[in-house]
Amino acid sequence: MTVREDVEDIEIQLFLEALHRRYHYDFRQYARASIKRRVIQATTQLGFSSVSALQEGVLHDATLLPRLLNYLTVQVSEMFRDPSYFRALREQVMPHLKTYPSLKVWVAGCSHGEELYSLAILFREEGLYDRTLFYATDINPDALNAAEMGIYPQDLIRKFTENHQQSGGRTSLSDYYRADHGRAAFDKTLRERVVFSDHSLVTDSVFGEMHLISCRNVMIYFDRELQDRAVGLFRDSLVRKGFLGLGAKESLRFSRHASGFADFVREEKIYQRCEP
Amino acid sequence: MSGPPIRAVVIGASAGAVQALLKILPLLPADFPVPVLIVVHVPSDRSNALVSLFQTRCKATVKEAEDKEPAIPGTIYFAPSDYHLLVERDGSLALSSDEQVNFSRPAIDVLLESAADAFGQELVAVILTGANQDGAAGMAMVAGAGGTAIVQDPASASAPTMPVAALTKTPAARVESLGGIASFLLGLTA
Repeated sequence: MTVREDVEDIEIQLFLEALHRRYHYDFRQYARASIKRRVIQATTQLGFSSVSALQEGVLHDATLLPRLLNYLTVQVSEMFRDPSYFRALREQVMPHLKTYPSLKVWVAGCSHGEELYSLAILFREEGLYDRTLFYATDINPDALNAAEMGIYPQDLIRKFTENHQQSGGRTSLSDYYRADHGRAAFDKTLRERVVFSDHSLVTDSVFGEMHLISCRNVMIYFDRELQDRAVGLFRDSLVRKGFLGLGAKESLRFSRHASGFADFVREEKIYQRCEP
Repeated sequence: MSGPPIRAVVIGASAGAVQALLKILPLLPADFPVPVLIVVHVPSDRSNALVSLFQTRCKATVKEAEDKEPAIPGTIYFAPSDYHLLVERDGSLALSSDEQVNFSRPAIDVLLESAADAFGQELVAVILTGANQDGAAGMAMVAGAGGTAIVQDPASASAPTMPVAALTKTPAARVESLGGIASFLLGLTA
């Protein structure tokens, strides 16, 4: 008895199917263990007695959807999370990017924008901001709004500042935000060259001619087939010799498209597109 | 051994973890019949010193768990710092960057709950020393799914809070000394 189909599993499968058919949000190929955890958490937190009850609720009441999405998609990040990743971008990727007259950068799955602002600051410090267009995409409209606002709780700033310094920051993080009533609002000039957009790695297609794509801790939530789809999308969205940055514990090792990329900074999971 | 075949051993430990694990893991043979998945609470910086520490002392292979990696027998997997470790029904490992659980990432509860779900009665779960309550809810799920629940005797634990919390939620769990836990696991090889 290795595969047990209990009631809750049936409910979760039906719930994900319903969400897809009613609202076109497709979590059906998310890695099972994590999505199950999140669906159950959403059920409890939203006050439903079962996943079936949640399904009925959301099918008939679209106003539940934003709250539900906040449970099903990740929100947690930090600015300059994994400072060594940003240091590697700064020291090893930037010299290559500097050879292009104009640049496009895609932050895929930008959530609340922590990574986007980190990259914008990095590019400004390295003198590349003015020739770069940033694309910040997510499936969650609330998250995109938050990213566009660029306001974070003041108590997170100490950690952000520490990370920024460890990443080799040439300026002070405090140059980029205004603190007010326990919140830090990031400078709007950092998003002058940012396009915020609704985009799904599950159902949408290629985003053209990127020089750098940063997509960290997004694909760990996908099953392998969906990961393959996303990685294929990234490969086709990158210019020749464009760069792809993944999360610290992600890799292309198990991907069908592994041969389309070469390690660029192996320990930081930064890859370069190459011809297979 | 009687009872259902076992597909995995999962272990959770916190304060005092290294000393406790040193009394168990080095005894496991290189051909230990199932994978061993371990969550230890460690600070969230990037390097996980546990792997190198145990690599030199264990006969079984010791490594950091990778996302989508199939968990194989004879191998001990540690959760990377700052990621939750989960296991899927096909026996592959999964990492997540979800919010902390019990103020921890990785959290023992997350591993135990997913393992209970994946393996049901074909699972052995062990809670060792620790100064918090992580693992208690997961252990209850392991026992509820028919798995074997083992808790380090609080009297022998350098920090008894975690074993006590696990026993409170799962009174039927086996209580063992570190030596008893090692013997039990070695019994799986027979």
